[in-house]
Amino acid sequence: MLNHIRPALVMLTGLTLLTGLAYPLAITGIAEAIFPWQAQGSLVEKGGAVLGSTLIGQNFSGSGYFHPRPSATTGPDPKDAGKTVAAPYAADNSMGSNLGPTAKALVDRVKDDITKLQAENPGIPVPGDLVTTSASGLDPDISPAAADFQVPRIARTRGLSQPDVRAIVAAHTTPRWLGVFGESRVNVLAVNLALDAAGK
Amino acid sequence: MTVNGWVQIAVLAAIVAALTRPLGGYLMRVASGERLVLTPALGWLERGLYRVAGVDPAQEQSWLGYALAMLVFKAGGFALLYAILRLQSVLPLNPAGQGPLSADLAFNTAISFLTNTNWQSYGGETTMSHLSQMLGLTAQNFLSAATGIAVALAVVRGFARRSAATIGNFWADLTRITLYVLLPVCVVGALVLVWQGVPQTLLASVDATTMEGAKQTISLGPVASQEAIKMFGTNGGGFFNTNSAHPFENPNALTNMLQIIAIFALGGALTNTFGRMVRDERQGWAIFGAMALLFMAGVTVLYWSEGHGNPALLSLGMDPTLGNMEGKEVRFGIAQSALFSTVTTDASCGAVNAMIESFLPLGGRVALVNIMLGEIIFGGVGSGLYGFLLFAIVAVFVAGLMVGRTPEYLGKKIEAREVKLTMLAILCLPLVMLGFTALAVVLPGPAGAISTAGPHGFTEALYAYVSAGGNNGSAFAGLPANTPFWNTTLGITMIVGRFFVMIPALAIAGALAAKKSVPASSGTFPTHGPLFVGLVIGVILIIGGLTFFPALALGPIAEHLAITAGTLY
Repeated sequence: MLNHIRPALVMLTGLTLLTGLAYPLAITGIAEAIFPWQAQGSLVEKGGAVLGSTLIGQNFSGSGYFHPRPSATTGPDPKDAGKTVAAPYAADNSMGSNLGPTAKALVDRVKDDITKLQAENPGIPVPGDLVTTSASGLDPDISPAAADFQVPRIARTRGLSQPDVRAIVAAHTTPRWLGVFGESRVNVLAVNLALDAAGK
Repeated sequence: MTVNGWVQIAVLAAIVAALTRPLGGYLMRVASGERLVLTPALGWLERGLYRVAGVDPAQEQSWLGYALAMLVFKAGGFALLYAILRLQSVLPLNPAGQGPLSADLAFNTAISFLTNTNWQSYGGETTMSHLSQMLGLTAQNFLSAATGIAVALAVVRGFARRSAATIGNFWADLTRITLYVLLPVCVVGALVLVWQGVPQTLLASVDATTMEGAKQTISLGPVASQEAIKMFGTNGGGFFNTNSAHPFENPNALTNMLQIIAIFALGGALTNTFGRMVRDERQGWAIFGAMALLFMAGVTVLYWSEGHGNPALLSLGMDPTLGNMEGKEVRFGIAQSALFSTVTTDASCGAVNAMIESFLPLGGRVALVNIMLGEIIFGGVGSGLYGFLLFAIVAVFVAGLMVGRTPEYLGKKIEAREVKLTMLAILCLPLVMLGFTALAVVLPGPAGAISTAGPHGFTEALYAYVSAGGNNGSAFAGLPANTPFWNTTLGITMIVGRFFVMIPALAIAGALAAKKSVPASSGTFPTHGPLFVGLVIGVILIIGGLTFFPALALGPIAEHLAITAGTLY
């Protein structure tokens, strides 16, 4: 047993420094040299101010914007630091709802959301992603169906025609990778920036 | 289920199969100590480590010497990681000012990363300093994975050798696997991930002002370097709380597929290394085939289950087209989520790109069953292969009983000692998994912590101990497990799940290495054909089924009946 102590200490120290310090620091250095934008979080800036990250969803509630999916993230309660309150798209505390399929809390939440959405756009089945929380609570995307569902409200608010809004959505829809992998999706931040750029 | 979804699954299976032979050959050359293409670049480091450590790589160890070296190394690793986690507030590289971990959380986390489980009782971005993530967790991700592969190589040497007293040198295996396998694939993998959008920076976070004027703090860090080893080493411990579902860990379908391939690559390749080392590659392909069939069965059920919407929500007027999207990300959809979840639970990885707790009962059951079967469907790097070989021993033993012959496997007589050690390893797992689950659901304190009522709550507790015992690390993440009871009992479960399989496997290897080889005769049961594949799958399913069916009936099966009847909790 004792004859293993020296190799154990040397290997543990040597390999820990190599894999735990030299490797991540080398990757950091190379990454910041060749992919600086991605390495810093793929940030979107406007006039020098950081608006967010293209990869991280943010909350939109104005009726002239596309809304993201519901988010289950929480933040500290301003009234009581020991408690947490709902804080959608808190990008420093990623979290899913972790509600099971038979949870009453899940069904009640979805029922409320469906009622609100159907009032806004009656007669059309509500796309599933628009009433379910994502795994990270930070999903930057919605499905094309979820974007399409919101087009009438946005056109109405902004005084644009529905085909104009649909064209903006189409221009910001990312298809499946190589036409096969993943799902096609609309980045909410990108499409909302495009809406503002289109005026009105 | 769609044709497109099946194409995605088929392409990934084909890529893993195509990588098996080249990677398997490379791993064999690493195991044999040969000169490699990377030796000119890294050989000085290898020789330097041996010199300072006083190790002669050519001097091999008995199974006991190998096991003791591994255990001393693990004990040192535990002490180091525990110390880093407890002291992170006073150590450098803590830009977010994280406080120290509590004693039970540091114990749980240190065991978790030491045993390649990567169960996370904590949320990464809200708990860990950058130093803890790098020097603590990333380093142990490498070392626990290298240990798993090293032990697998030693076990295979036991099968391959005749009348031998030794099964390899732990220090040489550990060093060579780290330097020549894990480090190079991770350097390439991490840079590809950064290219696709995974951050790699020493900044803690950046503050944004959103388009609607709200403040958003976006956590950052050295994510890509940890992400790469998390996958290749089947560790599964994420930088962020929500693991590979977080867009910074897994930004798109390409990274998702690379992660899936990385999880299976080394586990699949080791079956080929095994075949080459016993001088009959067909033996490796038989194991690969059995694993692949079990994988396909799992992914089919999971994909089918999640492709349907939750019946309790469809009746409210939700469009069923997208499937069960609660706890899933739009960019992955159902097919990539089902694939990832099957692979991560088959392979003892435990990374998640969707929240398993929100799966429909049958989908969640697939994840649970994959782990219950012993993490041998490709399995953790190394541990999947030696775990599978234990079931292969039981299979040839059963076949021997049926025809009344002394069982043989690869020319080695399987005798009482090997069978007893095999059963010890196989039975220790359900003992801790089911024993602690029973304790947790009857003790008022821990039972009160379970977040859900009804059968789902039972599954939450069961999944935690099964995941810990299987060294998987995924969770029904609603369980608030960061309490002294859960942290301690889960820590013990992880230790048993790792070392009570590893050490018997090494002991079996030692016993087999010492044996002579029996020439194959007409009475020898061939272990490279479909009959063997069928028999070993049967053994795996019967042992798993007999052990866990009652618990499954109380959990996911009861919940499935409840959801069909429209019962909510």
